[in-house]
Amino acid sequence: MAKMIGAIEVDIETCKGCSLCVEACPTSVIALADEVNGKGYNYAFMANPDACNGCTNCALVCPDSCITVYRKKVEMA
Amino acid sequence: MSVLIEDIKKAENLVHKKSSVLTDKVMHYCPGCSHGVVHKLLAEVIEEMGIQDKTIGVAPVGCSVFIYNYLAIDWQEAAHGRAPALGTAISRLRPDRFVVTYQGDGDLAAIGTAETIHACNRGENMVMIFINNGIYGMTGGQMAPTTLEGMKASTCPFGRDPQTDGNPLKITEIVAQLPGTNFVTRQAVHSAAAVRRTKKAIRKAFEKQKEKTGTSFVEVVSTCSSGWKMNPVDSNNWMEENMFPFYPLGDIKDV
Repeated sequence: MAKMIGAIEVDIETCKGCSLCVEACPTSVIALADEVNGKGYNYAFMANPDACNGCTNCALVCPDSCITVYRKKVEMA
Repeated sequence: MSVLIEDIKKAENLVHKKSSVLTDKVMHYCPGCSHGVVHKLLAEVIEEMGIQDKTIGVAPVGCSVFIYNYLAIDWQEAAHGRAPALGTAISRLRPDRFVVTYQGDGDLAAIGTAETIHACNRGENMVMIFINNGIYGMTGGQMAPTTLEGMKASTCPFGRDPQTDGNPLKITEIVAQLPGTNFVTRQAVHSAAAVRRTKKAIRKAFEKQKEKTGTSFVEVVSTCSSGWKMNPVDSNNWMEENMFPFYPLGDIKDV
Protein backbone atom coordinates (compact mmCIF):
# COMPACT_ATOMS: atom_id res chain seq x y z
CA MET A 1 0.00 0.00 0.00
CA ALA A 2 1.26 3.44 -0.86
CA LYS A 3 1.23 6.23 1.64
CA MET A 4 1.94 9.93 1.37
CA ILE A 5 4.45 11.29 3.79
CA GLY A 6 5.32 14.93 4.03
CA ALA A 7 7.53 17.41 5.74
CA ILE A 8 7.44 21.16 6.18
CA GLU A 9 10.18 23.68 6.49
CA VAL A 10 9.38 26.88 8.39
CA ASP A 11 11.32 30.06 7.77
CA ILE A 12 11.79 30.72 11.46
CA GLU A 13 12.80 34.36 11.21
CA THR A 14 9.77 35.23 9.01
CA CYS A 15 7.25 33.37 11.16
CA LYS A 16 5.14 35.57 13.42
CA GLY A 17 3.65 32.78 15.49
CA CYS A 18 0.03 33.53 14.55
CA SER A 19 -0.79 29.80 14.97
CA LEU A 20 -3.16 29.72 11.98
CA CYS A 21 -1.13 26.77 10.62
CA VAL A 22 -1.53 24.94 13.93
CA GLU A 23 -5.31 25.23 13.54
CA ALA A 24 -5.28 24.34 9.84
CA CYS A 25 -3.22 21.15 10.22
CA PRO A 26 -5.59 18.14 10.02
CA THR A 27 -3.05 15.76 11.57
CA SER A 28 -1.83 18.03 14.42
CA VAL A 29 1.76 18.08 13.23
CA ILE A 30 2.54 21.71 13.94
CA ALA A 31 2.97 23.46 17.27
CA LEU A 32 4.48 26.72 18.42
CA ALA A 33 7.98 26.44 19.85
CA ASP A 34 8.82 27.42 23.40
CA GLU A 35 11.79 29.34 22.04
CA VAL A 36 11.39 32.64 20.23
CA ASN A 37 12.89 33.93 17.00
CA GLY A 38 14.78 37.19 16.52
CA LYS A 39 11.57 39.19 16.62
CA GLY A 40 10.37 37.55 19.83
CA TYR A 41 7.68 35.34 18.30
CA ASN A 42 7.14 31.70 19.23
CA TYR A 43 7.67 30.23 15.78
CA ALA A 44 5.87 27.21 14.30
CA PHE A 45 7.71 23.91 14.00
CA MET A 46 7.00 20.23 13.29
CA ALA A 47 6.23 18.84 16.72
CA ASN A 48 4.92 15.53 15.40
CA PRO A 49 6.74 14.97 12.07
CA ASP A 50 5.60 11.35 11.56
CA ALA A 51 1.98 12.40 11.11
CA CYS A 52 2.62 14.89 8.27
CA ASN A 53 1.09 13.89 4.93
CA GLY A 54 2.11 16.99 3.00
CA CYS A 55 -1.43 18.30 2.46
CA THR A 56 -0.20 21.96 2.20
CA ASN A 57 -3.05 23.33 4.32
CA CYS A 58 -0.56 25.06 6.63
CA ALA A 59 1.21 26.74 3.73
CA LEU A 60 -2.11 27.89 2.23
CA VAL A 61 -3.26 29.71 5.36
CA CYS A 62 0.18 31.12 6.29
CA PRO A 63 -0.04 34.92 5.90
CA ASP A 64 3.73 35.32 5.75
CA SER A 65 4.42 32.55 3.20
CA CYS A 66 7.08 31.08 5.47
CA ILE A 67 6.14 27.39 5.07
CA THR A 68 7.61 25.18 2.33
CA VAL A 69 5.97 21.78 1.93
CA TYR A 70 7.47 18.55 0.59
CA ARG A 71 5.55 15.36 -0.13
CA LYS A 72 6.73 11.88 -1.06
CA LYS A 73 4.94 8.66 -1.92
CA VAL A 74 6.30 5.62 -0.12
CA GLU A 75 5.37 1.98 -0.56
CA MET A 76 4.41 0.38 2.75
CA ALA A 77 5.17 -3.26 3.32
CA MET B 1 8.88 5.53 10.24
CA SER B 2 11.96 4.59 8.35
CA VAL B 3 12.03 7.60 6.04
CA LEU B 4 14.14 10.47 7.30
CA ILE B 5 12.89 14.04 7.05
CA GLU B 6 16.03 14.88 5.06
CA ASP B 7 14.94 12.32 2.43
CA ILE B 8 11.57 14.01 2.07
CA LYS B 9 12.97 17.55 1.87
CA LYS B 10 14.28 17.25 -1.67
CA ALA B 11 13.57 19.37 -4.72
CA GLU B 12 11.66 16.58 -6.48
CA ASN B 13 9.22 16.30 -3.55
CA LEU B 14 8.49 20.04 -3.35
CA VAL B 15 4.74 20.74 -3.46
CA HIS B 16 4.43 24.27 -2.08
CA LYS B 17 6.87 27.12 -1.82
CA LYS B 18 6.79 30.88 -1.63
CA SER B 19 5.77 32.49 -4.91
CA SER B 20 8.59 34.06 -6.91
CA VAL B 21 6.46 37.19 -7.41
CA LEU B 22 6.63 37.89 -3.67
CA THR B 23 9.73 39.81 -2.63
CA ASP B 24 11.98 38.82 0.26
CA LYS B 25 10.78 41.72 2.39
CA VAL B 26 9.12 40.61 5.61
CA MET B 27 5.55 41.90 5.67
CA HIS B 28 4.80 44.54 8.30
CA TYR B 29 1.33 43.15 9.03
CA CYS B 30 0.32 41.93 12.47
CA PRO B 31 0.52 38.15 13.04
CA GLY B 32 -2.37 36.36 11.32
CA CYS B 33 -3.42 39.29 9.14
CA SER B 34 -5.52 38.29 6.12
CA HIS B 35 -3.61 40.77 3.94
CA GLY B 36 -0.64 38.41 3.85
CA VAL B 37 -2.75 35.55 2.52
CA VAL B 38 -4.37 37.68 -0.18
CA HIS B 39 -0.97 39.12 -1.21
CA LYS B 40 0.28 35.56 -1.56
CA LEU B 41 -2.73 34.48 -3.65
CA LEU B 42 -2.36 37.52 -5.90
CA ALA B 43 1.33 36.71 -6.37
CA GLU B 44 0.58 33.05 -7.12
CA VAL B 45 -2.09 33.91 -9.69
CA ILE B 46 0.24 36.41 -11.41
CA GLU B 47 3.04 33.83 -11.40
CA GLU B 48 0.84 31.02 -12.74
CA MET B 49 -0.57 33.19 -15.52
CA GLY B 50 2.92 34.42 -16.43
CA ILE B 51 1.87 38.07 -16.41
CA GLN B 52 4.37 39.48 -13.94
CA ASP B 53 5.73 42.00 -16.46
CA LYS B 54 2.26 42.81 -17.81
CA THR B 55 0.52 43.63 -14.54
CA ILE B 56 0.22 47.10 -13.06
CA GLY B 57 -1.08 47.34 -9.51
CA VAL B 58 -2.60 50.32 -7.76
CA ALA B 59 -1.71 50.48 -4.08
CA PRO B 60 -4.22 51.87 -1.59
CA VAL B 61 -4.02 53.86 1.60
CA GLY B 62 -4.48 51.75 4.69
CA CYS B 63 -2.58 48.86 6.19
CA SER B 64 -1.80 47.52 2.73
CA VAL B 65 -0.20 50.81 1.62
CA PHE B 66 3.18 49.07 1.42
CA ILE B 67 1.94 46.31 -0.90
CA TYR B 68 4.31 47.73 -3.52
CA ASN B 69 7.18 46.48 -1.36
CA TYR B 70 5.89 42.92 -1.31
CA LEU B 71 4.85 42.07 -4.87
CA ALA B 72 7.41 42.43 -7.64
CA ILE B 73 5.13 43.98 -10.26
CA ASP B 74 4.72 47.59 -11.39
CA TRP B 75 2.82 49.74 -8.90
CA GLN B 76 1.26 53.15 -8.59
CA GLU B 77 0.28 54.60 -5.24
CA ALA B 78 -3.15 56.23 -5.23
CA ALA B 79 -4.51 58.93 -2.94
CA HIS B 80 -6.92 57.65 -0.30
CA GLY B 81 -9.90 56.02 -2.01
CA ARG B 82 -8.80 56.98 -5.51
CA ALA B 83 -7.37 53.65 -6.64
CA PRO B 84 -10.24 52.98 -9.11
CA ALA B 85 -9.72 56.45 -10.65
CA LEU B 86 -6.01 55.80 -11.09
CA GLY B 87 -6.79 52.27 -12.30
CA THR B 88 -9.13 53.80 -14.90
CA ALA B 89 -6.34 56.00 -16.20
CA ILE B 90 -3.83 53.14 -16.37
CA SER B 91 -6.20 50.69 -18.04
CA ARG B 92 -7.19 53.26 -20.65
CA LEU B 93 -3.63 54.36 -21.39
CA ARG B 94 -2.23 50.82 -21.38
CA PRO B 95 -5.04 48.50 -22.54
CA ASP B 96 -2.44 45.78 -23.13
CA ARG B 97 -1.76 45.50 -19.39
CA PHE B 98 -3.59 43.80 -16.56
CA VAL B 99 -4.59 46.40 -13.98
CA VAL B 100 -5.33 45.39 -10.41
CA THR B 101 -6.43 47.66 -7.57
CA TYR B 102 -6.14 46.49 -3.99
CA GLN B 103 -8.13 48.33 -1.32
CA GLY B 104 -9.49 47.94 2.16
CA ASP B 105 -12.97 48.82 3.33
CA GLY B 106 -12.13 52.28 4.66
CA ASP B 107 -10.51 53.08 1.32
CA LEU B 108 -12.96 51.47 -1.11
CA ALA B 109 -16.27 51.72 0.75
CA ALA B 110 -15.88 55.02 2.66
CA ILE B 111 -13.74 57.76 1.15
CA GLY B 112 -13.62 56.10 -2.27
CA THR B 113 -17.27 55.11 -2.67
CA ALA B 114 -17.81 57.51 -5.57
CA GLU B 115 -14.71 56.33 -7.44
CA THR B 116 -15.60 52.68 -6.83
CA ILE B 117 -19.18 52.95 -8.01
CA HIS B 118 -18.42 55.09 -11.05
CA ALA B 119 -15.45 53.00 -12.17
CA CYS B 120 -17.60 49.85 -11.89
CA ASN B 121 -20.50 51.58 -13.63
CA ARG B 122 -18.29 52.66 -16.53
CA GLY B 123 -16.97 49.11 -16.68
CA GLU B 124 -13.28 49.94 -16.59
CA ASN B 125 -11.16 46.92 -17.47
CA MET B 126 -9.46 46.13 -14.18
CA VAL B 127 -9.51 43.70 -11.30
CA MET B 128 -10.60 45.26 -8.01
CA ILE B 129 -9.67 43.41 -4.83
CA PHE B 130 -11.55 44.56 -1.77
CA ILE B 131 -10.43 43.51 1.70
CA ASN B 132 -13.37 43.88 4.09
CA ASN B 133 -12.59 43.52 7.78
CA GLY B 134 -15.29 45.87 9.01
CA ILE B 135 -12.89 48.29 10.66
CA TYR B 136 -10.24 50.93 10.02
CA GLY B 137 -7.26 48.77 10.93
CA MET B 138 -4.32 51.11 10.35
CA THR B 139 -5.60 54.15 12.23
CA GLY B 140 -6.63 52.30 15.39
CA GLY B 141 -9.79 50.28 14.84
CA GLN B 142 -12.34 53.01 14.19
CA MET B 143 -15.82 52.24 12.87
CA ALA B 144 -15.98 51.82 9.09
CA PRO B 145 -19.05 51.84 6.82
CA THR B 146 -18.82 48.04 6.79
CA THR B 147 -18.78 47.65 10.60
CA LEU B 148 -21.56 45.26 11.59
CA GLU B 149 -24.56 46.30 13.65
CA GLY B 150 -23.60 45.87 17.31
CA MET B 151 -19.91 45.38 16.50
CA LYS B 152 -17.55 47.23 18.80
CA ALA B 153 -14.93 49.59 17.43
CA SER B 154 -12.87 52.34 19.05
CA THR B 155 -15.33 55.02 17.90
CA CYS B 156 -18.40 52.94 18.85
CA PRO B 157 -17.24 51.21 22.06
CA PHE B 158 -20.79 50.06 22.91
CA GLY B 159 -21.38 48.55 19.48
CA ARG B 160 -22.62 50.14 16.27
CA ASP B 161 -26.12 51.54 16.70
CA PRO B 162 -27.89 52.04 13.33
CA GLN B 163 -30.01 54.82 14.88
CA THR B 164 -26.99 57.06 15.31
CA ASP B 165 -24.24 55.42 13.23
CA GLY B 166 -26.18 54.27 10.17
CA ASN B 167 -26.33 50.81 8.70
CA PRO B 168 -23.45 48.68 7.42
CA LEU B 169 -22.83 49.02 3.71
CA LYS B 170 -22.81 46.03 1.35
CA ILE B 171 -20.85 47.67 -1.42
CA THR B 172 -20.25 44.38 -3.24
CA GLU B 173 -23.99 43.90 -3.73
CA ILE B 174 -24.20 47.50 -4.95
CA VAL B 175 -21.51 47.10 -7.61
CA ALA B 176 -23.06 43.78 -8.68
CA GLN B 177 -26.13 45.71 -9.82
CA LEU B 178 -24.09 47.94 -12.10
CA PRO B 179 -23.90 47.02 -15.79
CA GLY B 180 -20.14 47.58 -15.96
CA THR B 181 -19.13 44.64 -13.77
CA ASN B 182 -18.60 41.22 -15.33
CA PHE B 183 -17.65 39.20 -12.25
CA VAL B 184 -18.50 40.01 -8.64
CA THR B 185 -17.74 37.59 -5.86
CA ARG B 186 -17.26 37.50 -2.11
CA GLN B 187 -14.72 35.12 -0.60
CA ALA B 188 -12.74 34.64 2.61
CA VAL B 189 -9.36 33.22 3.65
CA HIS B 190 -10.15 31.71 7.06
CA SER B 191 -9.48 28.07 6.11
CA ALA B 192 -7.43 26.15 3.57
CA ALA B 193 -10.57 25.37 1.52
CA ALA B 194 -11.58 29.04 1.54
CA VAL B 195 -8.06 30.04 0.47
CA ARG B 196 -8.31 27.65 -2.51
CA ARG B 197 -11.68 29.13 -3.49
CA THR B 198 -10.38 32.69 -3.16
CA LYS B 199 -7.41 31.87 -5.37
CA LYS B 200 -9.76 30.45 -8.00
CA ALA B 201 -11.86 33.63 -7.80
CA ILE B 202 -8.82 35.89 -8.23
CA ARG B 203 -7.64 33.74 -11.13
CA LYS B 204 -11.07 33.97 -12.75
CA ALA B 205 -11.12 37.74 -12.27
CA PHE B 206 -7.80 38.01 -14.13
CA GLU B 207 -8.96 35.61 -16.86
CA LYS B 208 -12.08 37.76 -17.33
CA GLN B 209 -9.86 40.75 -18.02
CA LYS B 210 -8.70 39.11 -21.24
CA GLU B 211 -12.24 39.55 -22.58
CA LYS B 212 -12.19 43.32 -21.85
CA THR B 213 -15.83 43.29 -20.83
CA GLY B 214 -15.70 45.29 -17.62
CA THR B 215 -14.63 45.34 -14.02
CA SER B 216 -13.99 42.16 -12.02
CA PHE B 217 -14.62 42.69 -8.34
CA VAL B 218 -13.39 40.29 -5.63
CA GLU B 219 -14.30 41.00 -2.03
CA VAL B 220 -12.38 39.08 0.63
CA VAL B 221 -14.01 39.10 4.06
CA SER B 222 -11.03 39.39 6.38
CA THR B 223 -9.99 39.59 9.98
CA CYS B 224 -8.24 42.36 11.87
CA SER B 225 -7.04 40.63 15.01
CA SER B 226 -5.39 43.78 16.39
CA GLY B 227 -8.41 45.98 15.70
CA TRP B 228 -10.87 43.39 16.95
CA LYS B 229 -8.65 42.74 20.00
CA MET B 230 -8.60 38.96 19.56
CA ASN B 231 -5.96 36.41 18.65
CA PRO B 232 -5.84 35.31 14.99
CA VAL B 233 -7.63 31.99 15.60
CA ASP B 234 -10.45 33.60 17.60
CA SER B 235 -10.73 36.30 14.93
CA ASN B 236 -11.35 33.66 12.28
CA ASN B 237 -14.01 32.02 14.46
CA TRP B 238 -15.62 35.39 15.21
CA MET B 239 -15.65 36.19 11.49
CA GLU B 240 -17.35 32.87 10.68
CA GLU B 241 -20.00 33.43 13.35
CA ASN B 242 -20.70 37.13 12.83
CA MET B 243 -19.44 38.36 9.48
CA PHE B 244 -20.61 35.53 7.22
CA PRO B 245 -24.34 35.78 8.07
CA PHE B 246 -24.29 39.44 6.98
CA TYR B 247 -21.67 39.07 4.22
CA PRO B 248 -22.53 35.66 2.70
CA LEU B 249 -19.77 34.08 0.62
CA GLY B 250 -20.15 33.12 -3.00
CA ASP B 251 -20.39 34.51 -6.52
CA ILE B 252 -22.87 37.37 -6.80
CA LYS B 253 -22.55 38.07 -10.50
CA ASP B 254 -20.89 36.20 -13.33
CA VAL B 255 -21.65 37.22 -16.90
